Amino acid sequence: MIAEIGHFSLILALAVALVQAVLPMVGAARNNAAWMATAAPTALVQLACIATAFGCLMTAFVTSDFTVANVMQNSNSLQPMIYKVSATWGNHEGSMVLWVLILAVFGAMVAAFGRNLPPSLKARVLSVQSMTGVGFLLFILLTSNPFERVIPAPLDGRDLNPLLQDPGLAFHPPMLYVGYVGFSMAFSFAIAALIEGKVDAAWARWVRPWTLVAWSFLTAGIGLGAWWAYYELGWGGWWYWDPVENASFMPWLVGTALLHSSIIVEKRDALKTWTILLAILTFSLSLIGTFLVRSGVLTSVHAFATDPERGVFILLLLVVAIGGSLVLYAWRAPLLKGGGLFAPISREGALVLNNLLLTTAAATVFIGTLYPLFLEAFDGGKVSVGPPFFNATFVPLMIPLVLALGVGPMLGWKRGDLAGAIARLKFAFVFTLVVTIVAAYLSWGRSIFGVLGLTLAGWLAGCVLTEFGARIGLFRMEIRDVLRRMTGLPRGAWGMTIAHLGFAITVAGASGASLWQDEVIENLRAGETLSIVGYDFTLRNVDTVQGPNYTAQRGVFTVRRDGVVITTLAPERRRYIVTGTETTEAALYSQWHADLYAVIGQGGGQDGGKESWTVRLYFKPLVPWLWAGTLLMVFGGFVSLSDRRLRIGAPTARRAAHPVSPTVQPAE
Amino acid sequence: MNYMTPPTRSRAATRKRRRLYAVLSGGAMLAIAAALVLTAFEDGIVFFYSPSDLAEKQAGSEPIKPSQLLRIGGLVEEGSVKHAPDGVTNLFTVTDLEKTVSVAYKGILPDLFREGQGIVTSGNLRPDGLFVATEVLAKHDETYMPPEVADALKRAGAWKGATDKDKATSRKGKTP
Repeated sequence: MIAEIGHFSLILALAVALVQAVLPMVGAARNNAAWMATAAPTALVQLACIATAFGCLMTAFVTSDFTVANVMQNSNSLQPMIYKVSATWGNHEGSMVLWVLILAVFGAMVAAFGRNLPPSLKARVLSVQSMTGVGFLLFILLTSNPFERVIPAPLDGRDLNPLLQDPGLAFHPPMLYVGYVGFSMAFSFAIAALIEGKVDAAWARWVRPWTLVAWSFLTAGIGLGAWWAYYELGWGGWWYWDPVENASFMPWLVGTALLHSSIIVEKRDALKTWTILLAILTFSLSLIGTFLVRSGVLTSVHAFATDPERGVFILLLLVVAIGGSLVLYAWRAPLLKGGGLFAPISREGALVLNNLLLTTAAATVFIGTLYPLFLEAFDGGKVSVGPPFFNATFVPLMIPLVLALGVGPMLGWKRGDLAGAIARLKFAFVFTLVVTIVAAYLSWGRSIFGVLGLTLAGWLAGCVLTEFGARIGLFRMEIRDVLRRMTGLPRGAWGMTIAHLGFAITVAGASGASLWQDEVIENLRAGETLSIVGYDFTLRNVDTVQGPNYTAQRGVFTVRRDGVVITTLAPERRRYIVTGTETTEAALYSQWHADLYAVIGQGGGQDGGKESWTVRLYFKPLVPWLWAGTLLMVFGGFVSLSDRRLRIGAPTARRAAHPVSPTVQPAE
Repeated sequence: MNYMTPPTRSRAATRKRRRLYAVLSGGAMLAIAAALVLTAFEDGIVFFYSPSDLAEKQAGSEPIKPSQLLRIGGLVEEGSVKHAPDGVTNLFTVTDLEKTVSVAYKGILPDLFREGQGIVTSGNLRPDGLFVATEVLAKHDETYMPPEVADALKRAGAWKGATDKDKATSRKGKTP
């Protein structure tokens, strides 16, 4: 019964979405206020319908209703509750319902909080948002119905893919989807603006918070995914340049560009058509990402069971959405009036450089990801494009980006003084030099590129701190004034500083983690010791332990350094009872500067009468920085958002705003 | 700039010039990207061979150099998985049910690696015909066959699984 209610709600949602896609758009064209006014209520009803459907699906999972095919294939009564819940989106059908749910939530937020939007813009935005919804609801109902029944019902389900039974991955898809789908807001606003033929600072002020939300969640989602790959796949890698990873990374790159170019539209009224194009491209790349992941056209370490028929449907959807919006862009964009001028050396110029580098980087990732597809389509053989390609194209583009990112915020709007900015960065130069010398000393004789990465990170961190110090008057004023200026600084400025610092730390983490790791593999018997970089791992014993839906071989290691016990690590090799699949649970010990990482493999044979085990140990320098840096970037995004929200739509928003402490000044 | 021209025209001229800068810098960026991509394609692309392809290639006029990174894929032959004397190197045979390749891989095999399973592995081919793998990929989902492997098996005429269409329908209506 519950499944039928869910199915029915989805169909109802499609009907409502159709109304929402057509009526407000026609109303806006004819200037019919009553028709335009249908946008908001339909958006709320659509959300209610989809939320009901999602709730029904989740209920089916939580109550282990194995008469529903989707539940039967992806859940099991022995599964812990958290994985029963996360199994709702841990499969294709459920994840698509989550996709449209988030789309509807964003639409409903505009409907509910967009009172001060011009009515025609609001109607068009909601209509475009709903068009996307119609496409995906059709996709779900026609090719991937999550509520299909199985008759006769089996006694138990087939269990969620064991690799997905992990806290990191339980929340990875929702985060990632809020990011992906969040860019639909920027897209809908861009299309609506093209139809209206008007883009102004108010438009940018509306688009920016949505972009910021999407960007922050996407950053968190990608970080969570990398973290999961790092500890769960058992290879100790955190980024493989795998097609599925690239699928989420491309919208991130272009979305980051959009985030920065919308600042120029908001503050300087320039770069409008470019920003519109970026908004279209970002969401298009989100759609392409969905297509790549869901259609199975690319081989990938992450490829889950996929179905080519669905790929054809999403491909059609892509052609209509991307093709349509680009045609609209080509037709309407020339009508938009250009705004303020600026010299090449200026804050705007720096942001344009940021945009050029980020989009170029996205283009190279795009080529590398899709090249195997093109080659195969033209019968050129099967190839894969691996990390060497991306390291040789992506990394060289990031070097000027980081260098320029240090200087950019020091430049003035409209016309900047490069020499003056560089002169004020004395501290950053000294800081970079110190970092370089320390890094070179610590890693003498190893990869020189690691030193280069740390140098860049040091430069960026030095510049960010200098800029922040100059803003708050550090070393120039009394400590009390400095504190006052710090608390008075707009949240947007705080957000920028935090996010850029986070980026610097991420760059450092990425350099250290990919270039200086150590690893050893050996066969160990109980009582034997294996050493890595001065840490001695003694295998005490290997036990069999029983989990809720698996049994595991758990190796217990005592880790010593110079004879002093530091910690105990217990990696596992789990065998899930229902599917019979095995997973590796690595054991980690994080220190501020490095991770110790232990994996236990198969029981290796019986040499000498005593059973031995393959053991792999890693010493991973700076990996914790990677996660810390990503967290800082996300945090910076949210801090910046807390500033913007106060200013949305200017006059009327005041009354809804929280009491503001008197020291908060409006952003410059 | 000519200061004698009226401000409106000079503004339009500046705008034009700025646009030219923007187009030029965009073009320069594209050129850099193209150069990077082309050089990276030289050694960044890894070709995929099935065991039959590999045998054909080795018999041909241009055998694969030991330095060239390549990927091979097929089924892990039943009963072929062994440990080398050092205890940590895995030896196994990859087959497309027509030709086989011996593979050596030092390290812990992925979770879903087992005999009879489709895998993809990348590494180098030694002149003596042993494939020294640096990476072994088995898929997250045990019912999933890497497309390359499925194709390789189809070409060798050994594909026993359902066709794509059958697979889709059987999945929908599957009962235990």
